[in-house]
Amino acid sequence: MEMTMTRTLSALALLLTATPGLAQELNALVWCDHTDPALIEPFEKKFGVKVNLKVYEGTAAGLAILDQSQPGDWDVLVIDAVDVKRAVEAGRLAELPADKLATADFFPELVMAENNTVDGKTYAVTEKFGYNTISYDKTKVDPADMEDMAVLTSGKYDGRIGIYDYYLPVLGLVALGQGINTADITAETLPKLKDPLMALRKASKQVSDVVSAQTGLATGEVDIVVGGGEWLTAVLAAENPNLDWTIPKQGGLRWAQSIGVVAGSTQPDLALEFVNYITSPEGQARLATSSCYWGMPANAKAGDALTPDQKAVLRWDQQPDYLKRAQLYPIPDAALDTAMQDLWTEMLAQ
Amino acid sequence: MSLAAKDSRQAWGLLAPALVWTAAFFVLPFLGMVALSFANMEGRDIVRGFDPGNYARIFTDTVMLGALRNSLEITVVVTVISVVLAYPLAAIIAFRVPARWQRLALMMAVLPFWTSYVVRSYSWLLVLGQNGVVNKALLGLGLIAEPLQIASTRTATVIGFVHFFVMLLTLTIYANLIQLSPNYARAAQDLGASRWQTFAHVILPLTLPGVVTGAFLTFVLSIGDYITPQILGGNTELTLPQLIMLQLGRSGNFPLASALSVVLMAVVTLAYFASSRWLRLDRV
Repeated sequence: MEMTMTRTLSALALLLTATPGLAQELNALVWCDHTDPALIEPFEKKFGVKVNLKVYEGTAAGLAILDQSQPGDWDVLVIDAVDVKRAVEAGRLAELPADKLATADFFPELVMAENNTVDGKTYAVTEKFGYNTISYDKTKVDPADMEDMAVLTSGKYDGRIGIYDYYLPVLGLVALGQGINTADITAETLPKLKDPLMALRKASKQVSDVVSAQTGLATGEVDIVVGGGEWLTAVLAAENPNLDWTIPKQGGLRWAQSIGVVAGSTQPDLALEFVNYITSPEGQARLATSSCYWGMPANAKAGDALTPDQKAVLRWDQQPDYLKRAQLYPIPDAALDTAMQDLWTEMLAQ
Repeated sequence: MSLAAKDSRQAWGLLAPALVWTAAFFVLPFLGMVALSFANMEGRDIVRGFDPGNYARIFTDTVMLGALRNSLEITVVVTVISVVLAYPLAAIIAFRVPARWQRLALMMAVLPFWTSYVVRSYSWLLVLGQNGVVNKALLGLGLIAEPLQIASTRTATVIGFVHFFVMLLTLTIYANLIQLSPNYARAAQDLGASRWQTFAHVILPLTLPGVVTGAFLTFVLSIGDYITPQILGGNTELTLPQLIMLQLGRSGNFPLASALSVVLMAVVTLAYFASSRWLRLDRV
């Protein structure tokens, strides 16, 4: 009886993998850079699976989608590296076998064990990073001015500035401009950011999402984007080499995204294969140059799979200096997060 | 069983699918949203209960009141401009364009519907930008010395909305005008009415249901729209749907987002009652 059952199940498993209409599917909750076919198709071909991707924006939205789903609906989650702990506390990420991850090849600063590990257990792995600093059109502004954040509110560039519509990095930048480290943003220090933030808003023309910020910079609607970086300008570099970015003397913010397996996934092995593919040198090179936005790969070996031109756009050789001068996003608790968002909303309504 | 009872059972039978659909996909979710609007947040957790705090905040917080005011102002301006532009367009198509060309004229009028709403909004951003077609044309004609700032302003939001809703209103008004017998106008003019008097006292009152229906739809779709103010307005002012999206996408504050949505629905309901005397949704 048991033999018959085993044979039946084996036959069913074979049928599932052999029949195109019933091909195995992997469901991933991701950011838009994962939707590039050049990134996903090699994995689909290698494993004979269909990867279903759903793009979300903002950790709250991603966690809400998981809240409303059944266990097993999702297999892979891409999440802001600083929010991994939040997802773990909500029981949304499964533990990963640390010995099967490619972190040994990573830039040491990008292993980010303090973010991806909770109580000694690894729940996610960093896949991509970059900077939120200042992007600009070097033919329209003096590049030397962009080395000092104070110039932005000096009046010289009034009405020519766009602000990236994401409160964490921009409030972090404003804090750096005030000499406050991102880790030191608290309920006590937050009020000090209000006036500089409002002054920046007053000097700006728009507060915009990624596409609008790119459009604004590319069409000359704005000449500077606060909160921008390589992720904003690199994808436009081929068509508009005048677009540039820098980390001012006050410093910049480092963003990083992590990838993990969703708790309750019914195919954790395949999900882990996906994580390992994304963090492999080839996957990393493809992710770094995704059509949605570019960013530095966490895996240093991806350099072998990138062209010299791609590495130049990503500023591969300057990374040691940039990594030293950039701080991580603020990681607010719920109360501080609410206060930061209220301040941001007040700025938007100004 | 009497004939009346049989008819009644048949009527309920025919209505049942629509009633079940409405109950399952509108009434129950709406009740759930109302219940959620009385919950509140403790940290990142939703705590169910009956706390009217979200509503108190909406009507006392200057940012939220400002968003409500912005939404109402933009919606009213868009509705009025759209009606003023759509009526003559519909009248020209109905009365001046030969019957055989009317279908083509209507198709041309709704052509922009064929593209994605988001793509259309980003296209307007390029048209209205500092180096866009509008500014280049005005500069080329020597009408302005410096480019106008149109993109990332309320004006851009209104232009984007009006472009969309003029098409919608043209269709609803045209549907009314085309049904109007020419004998009404002839009778009025036989009785000595001028062209203007004929329009003001005969044509306009008879086509008012189509105008009000289109205006109501414009109001509903405009006040609930998130895309256009977000893309074309450049986040230079907040509207109610943008505020709702901030609560959902950023804060995860579903109770406050629900309360804001209930307020939005209340505004639409008031607009419905204000226009219900003339409203003929069967003419859409």
